[in-house]
Amino acid sequence: MSGHMNLTLKVWRQKNTQTPGKFVTYKAENISPDMSFLEMLDVVNESLTRKNEEPIYFDHDCREGICGSCSLYINGHPHGPKKAITTCQLHMRTFNDGETITIEPWRSAAFPIVKDLATDRSAFDRIQQAGGYVSVNTGGVPDANIIPIPKVIADEAFNSATCIGCGACVAACKNASAMLFTSAKITQLGLLPQGQTERYSRVQAMVAQMDEEGFGNCTNTGACEAECPKEISLNNIAFMNNDFFSAKLFREEHAHDHAGGE
Amino acid sequence: MSLDAKIPQGPLAEKWSKHKFNLKLVNPSNKRKYDVIVVGTGLAGASAAASLAELGYNVKSFCFQDSPRRAHSIAAQGGINAAKNYQNDGDSVYRLFYDTIKGGDYRAREGNVYRLAEVSVNIIDQCVAQGVPFAREYGGLLDNRSFGGSQVSRTFYARGQTGQQLLLGAYSALNRQIHLGKVKMYTRTEMLDVVVIDGHAKGIITRNLKTGEIETHAGHAVLLATGGYGNVFYLSTNAIGSNVTAAWRAHKRGAYFANPCYTQIHPTCIPVTGDHQSKLTLMSESLRNDGRVWAPKTVEIAQKLQKKEISASDVKEEDRDYFLERKYPSFGNLVPRDVASRNAKEMSDEGKGVGTTGLAVYLDFAEAIQRLGEDTVRAKYGNLFDMYLQITDENPYKQPMRIYPAVHYTMGGLWVDYNLSTNVPGLYAMGECNFSDHGANRLGASALMQGLSDGYFVIPYTLGDYLATIGPKPVDKNHPAFEKTKQDVIAYNNKLLALKGTKTVVEYHRELGHIMWEYCGMARTEEGLTKAKAMIKELKADFWKNAIVTGENEEVNAALERAGRVADFIELGELMVTDALNRRESCGGHFRLESQTEEGEALRDDDNFAFVSAWEFTGENQEEVLHKEELIFENVKLTQRSYK
Repeated sequence: MSGHMNLTLKVWRQKNTQTPGKFVTYKAENISPDMSFLEMLDVVNESLTRKNEEPIYFDHDCREGICGSCSLYINGHPHGPKKAITTCQLHMRTFNDGETITIEPWRSAAFPIVKDLATDRSAFDRIQQAGGYVSVNTGGVPDANIIPIPKVIADEAFNSATCIGCGACVAACKNASAMLFTSAKITQLGLLPQGQTERYSRVQAMVAQMDEEGFGNCTNTGACEAECPKEISLNNIAFMNNDFFSAKLFREEHAHDHAGGE
Repeated sequence: MSLDAKIPQGPLAEKWSKHKFNLKLVNPSNKRKYDVIVVGTGLAGASAAASLAELGYNVKSFCFQDSPRRAHSIAAQGGINAAKNYQNDGDSVYRLFYDTIKGGDYRAREGNVYRLAEVSVNIIDQCVAQGVPFAREYGGLLDNRSFGGSQVSRTFYARGQTGQQLLLGAYSALNRQIHLGKVKMYTRTEMLDVVVIDGHAKGIITRNLKTGEIETHAGHAVLLATGGYGNVFYLSTNAIGSNVTAAWRAHKRGAYFANPCYTQIHPTCIPVTGDHQSKLTLMSESLRNDGRVWAPKTVEIAQKLQKKEISASDVKEEDRDYFLERKYPSFGNLVPRDVASRNAKEMSDEGKGVGTTGLAVYLDFAEAIQRLGEDTVRAKYGNLFDMYLQITDENPYKQPMRIYPAVHYTMGGLWVDYNLSTNVPGLYAMGECNFSDHGANRLGASALMQGLSDGYFVIPYTLGDYLATIGPKPVDKNHPAFEKTKQDVIAYNNKLLALKGTKTVVEYHRELGHIMWEYCGMARTEEGLTKAKAMIKELKADFWKNAIVTGENEEVNAALERAGRVADFIELGELMVTDALNRRESCGGHFRLESQTEEGEALRDDDNFAFVSAWEFTGENQEEVLHKEELIFENVKLTQRSYK
């Protein structure tokens, strides 16, 4: 294989949530341009391990851009410099031989650092738990074709539903706002007939949880949309705001049932 | 122990309904007295946890990822089968049953497969009710496409991200139960052992991956939904974290492991480019609806392509061999995966492979783009084409994809009866981690179907019968077995952490993968397997001497996690080889070179091998003991599979 590269990495190292972190410089040598970014880090980690040094910790799993685990802030961009891909889909041919690459975790008060480059994104789960569903039990549902859904509506709902929950939108936003993430689920279910019965309670519950988690507000800079690996549109935020105001003005009685149990 | 599959008596179509009636029930007010542990949050685990919580049980759900939404089901691309017959093209429950039995090369249970086909229709209804945005036609009804091994269009899909959408549906149902307090969710938590008391599973031992704490959890039943073991090959389409550890540790506590040698090599994956590669990427089988598979007719042309002296578009139509269409005119490019994979390998073995390594064939969309237009092709497969472009830096709209088979799915897994119970009472296995429904080869779009069938529609019934039998008396968490098992886990982890040798765990994993791919991959022989067995034994001994495991237990420690998983893969690898050696026939994904038809197809030996191999662990470094469950076919006739 031709054109192997040598790179300098400035990597954020942090032992755990409580301990302050710092940048540490590493050399990444003999890197093939066909490697993915994470495979490049694998090479660095292998050499650290051989020296009995602690490898760099980062979240990753599917390595094909769908699980939403990987989450690096590379040279000032979530998931690196290329558009519409995740870090695991970023290949080293994007970089130049001799380049210095800065790698940081997501920075947001709502995403505390677990270790090195991995953050705790459980706030996202809690927003979904607050109302990101249609309240149907297993069994006893009608035939799947009983309600026709116009193709354009189904396609739009799908576009919102492709969110992988990686948190790049929060990392990109100067306010660390989670509105793109939250609105994607609200829009998906708000567009579909199945989501109508809880539409206004859902938006109130999910927005309330989002605020409780400490995410910032939206000031329409659009960095989230620009950096989203799945190209979730800002229109989702408009849809959510519209439903939220409707709910507050006319349908506040639809507030979500927070009581546990049956 | 005799293996009783507990398949209900009576006509095929009535087995499940009758069985459901015969199963004992737990009355609604008693359900809240039971605690159920569910490990894994993929399609099977999330759907089971949610459904059981809806019924009123107290559920504890576990995943090693940072969120239940990241389980590897999320990466399934193509679709999910269901016998809806919405297309009016002759589909039926019986046809889906028949296709699946035949596709599995007659090595699955009739009763299980029929039930799977039967509940497939409910799955689609359930998912639509949850707000899963399946693809639709302009009239607003659900769209379907075709998958391998079938001549009807019964596959429901959501662009190339069906697994993602189905999993997010199940995740949403799970979230609702977490919100209602019926499911307690444990993320970044890995199961490392099962607690067995008086022969019954009563809990698990876990490691908190953030703090390292070893914890005990008690429950009236333990349900494993921990996925497949394809990563035993190191390179596979599985996620990096996918592992066999939960299933393997359960095996070592008494659960039989069935048909471990049945692995699925998927024909259409992006070929390997170098040693650095950490995983392989699948290109969905749905692409074979419109893509045509070919290789050059002669070795000379192939060599020019390998050396990049010419490109694919320079190869004239008459110099192309559309080998699947030529050999299998009825099914064409949509033959089952095992058949397509073997043929691609055959082309490469004959020197007609393409790409720099010669280990690839083409999947060509030129004809489809001409017929449908680039926009239509983009709408159908856009995300897959983008993925291909990202990885290879080649544009599949302009030149054919290069594809080669890669490990994708494992049909083997923990032995379970018709109720999804392992031979250890109270220990259940669902989804890919059990062995149940796909025989020796799984058809495309059937994994999602099985995962959700097990979780939404089977376990909620069958588990109740067991729970009603044992009664709601709380599990005694002070029983010494909990502390004993916990200490075993701590001792094992300490043994791993003491390894300060010279070779990284990843190197051992890669080496194991080479052995498995070479000798227990697409073509297996007595000689190769015997050699592999010795090599794995050596590898294991070396691992426990020379591996390096950095760090300590009381912190986030990826090296320790990986070491435990690789140690288990090494042991499983040996069992797979043992199983492959023992099965002196070819069937589905298990191809013994000694057993093939004149045309090179898998040749079964029904007289001697129409059984499930269920292996019993008997102790460290001991040979496992084989138990046979005879397969009884009352409805289909066993024939040589033909897709011509």
